[in-house]
Amino acid sequence: MFLIAIYAASGFFVLLVLLLFASLVKGSWPALAAFGAKFLWTSEWNPVTEQFGALPLIFGTVVSSTIAIVLAGLVGILAAAYLAEFAPRWLARPLSFVIELLAAVPSVVFGLWGLFVLAPFVRVALAPSLQHAFGFLPIFSGPISTGTNMLTAGLILALMILPTVTAISREVIVAIAQDLREASMSLGATKWETVSRVVIPAARVGIFGAIVLALGRAIGETIATTMVIGNKPVIAASLFAPSYTLASVIANEFTEANGDVYIGALLELGLLLFLVSFIVNGLARLLLFTVLKGDRA
Amino acid sequence: MRKTLALTFAALIVSAVPGFAATTLTGAGSTWDYPFFSKAFYEYSKTHGDVQVNYQSIGSGGGIQQFTQKTVDFGATDVPMNAKELAAAEAAGGPVLQVPVVLGGVSVAYNLPGVNSLKLTPGVLADIYLGKITMWNDPAIAKINPGEKLPNTAIVVVHRSDGSGTTYCFTDYLSHISAEWKAKVGTGKSVSWPAPSAVGGKGNEGVAGQVSNSPGAIGYVELAYVVQNHMPAATLQNKAGKWIADAPGGVRAAAASRPDVSPTAFSIVDESCAACYPIASYSWVVLFQNPQDKARGKTLQDLFRWVSSPDGQKVAASLEYVPLPENVQDLAQKTLAQLHV
Repeated sequence: MFLIAIYAASGFFVLLVLLLFASLVKGSWPALAAFGAKFLWTSEWNPVTEQFGALPLIFGTVVSSTIAIVLAGLVGILAAAYLAEFAPRWLARPLSFVIELLAAVPSVVFGLWGLFVLAPFVRVALAPSLQHAFGFLPIFSGPISTGTNMLTAGLILALMILPTVTAISREVIVAIAQDLREASMSLGATKWETVSRVVIPAARVGIFGAIVLALGRAIGETIATTMVIGNKPVIAASLFAPSYTLASVIANEFTEANGDVYIGALLELGLLLFLVSFIVNGLARLLLFTVLKGDRA
Repeated sequence: MRKTLALTFAALIVSAVPGFAATTLTGAGSTWDYPFFSKAFYEYSKTHGDVQVNYQSIGSGGGIQQFTQKTVDFGATDVPMNAKELAAAEAAGGPVLQVPVVLGGVSVAYNLPGVNSLKLTPGVLADIYLGKITMWNDPAIAKINPGEKLPNTAIVVVHRSDGSGTTYCFTDYLSHISAEWKAKVGTGKSVSWPAPSAVGGKGNEGVAGQVSNSPGAIGYVELAYVVQNHMPAATLQNKAGKWIADAPGGVRAAAASRPDVSPTAFSIVDESCAACYPIASYSWVVLFQNPQDKARGKTLQDLFRWVSSPDGQKVAASLEYVPLPENVQDLAQKTLAQLHV
């Protein structure tokens, strides 16, 4: 009886994913039929002439999430290590609380803050100084016309996923057995050596999980990204150029879309979003698997 | 005994709730109509306690869809239903009536520190949005703004990223004044913006936010939003060559100059009267001519008769929408009279 219940419960999720996938395919059929695989590598997005290509949107989604995960990963793991290993108890508790509180801030608030505070800051201060220092790199070249661009979107996403990375990583680090730390210290390692060479490597599977979870949120984030990314379906090397993401286009255009092909194209973006998350998750798991296997050998 | 008690309770509850027999009408559609509808329906239910209206601002496209599926009593849309949408709705519920209920305009806001007022001709506005004029000190802009010191700043073109009636109205205007725009871009609720500097903001607040944060930016925003937030907006030149400073008055004049407006000839941009503001449009309510429930149909008819009457339009004016001119109020009333109830 119990066995049936657990099989049914897990089967339910598989069924749910399959149904979701099937209804997305069905809804996007007019676009799939009209554009085929061309949808993936053409760049025009024109609702008036009903020409749709998703390449700039895939690019925008992947790049903005990558910026976010690199920044949030670095800062988040360091902050987690500090909270778990170095911070005095009276400071660690309220700090963790504040970070977890940050996770509860609705995305539209992040979006508004991004539009009215972060975007002007990026335009006036951050982008010019990055350009001044690293202007020879293509990603920091080009005109800085507005604060709503790929960089701002990446920063906002990084802020939004930072609490997830930090909170989970902290839990994982705290859960590492005390024996490991004691053993390391007894061999003469300093506190910093213990944390960076023993504790964090031991916790890496969990930290990796935190990052994958955060990445999922960054890829699917809609409203905050829409408000700060500039919403322009182009592929530009510069981070100071506006961009667009899969989720943002759906949120922007779905309510007023008409015609089977247009609605189909938007649903196909949903399908792509589904596949992108799927692939990213798969790659992350594969990476983890190879790392672990390498250890055992 | 227990049954009597229950009945007594039921009777008590029924009598305790005022307007128990109230009719609740539901509508869905245009987000642009939402502030007007919520206030107008609230005012209406003050004098008609038995009528409640539940309006969901899910967007015009969604409104038409819900209306066609007959899940709502009325739909509201910024652009009247096209032939294909009409055919689908008529197949589902018979002939459809489309009634203009409220009027509005689109302003062109800008951010140019040190510039007191900015004038734009149709040609210059089109060239800016086409990406052909890219600098504020371009001779074409300087020529029509003598006395203003225009900065040597790049123009950032801001547009709505979400599909909207405002975008439809603005691109409809650009298509009227520029053959190149009409051929290259066209008219729509979402279009492919040709200017290399173009960026999109979500909603009026998104466009307004980007314009006010970026010196050198220009963006089209709903007239009511610009008036309420005291944003600097360009003075536009109309078809007659006049500069229109009073935009709300000009929108009303443009509407009044076209008493023959209909769901198939609904565009009132670029009208030729001297006082006409060039970028204006209606929002429409869509109803089935033969409602299945006659009593409900009557309630619906009364509601929209009031909405398109001077009393209802006073509410629109209080929210910076432009009230319908008398001749269009008449048109709305006549269309509503065709409802078979």
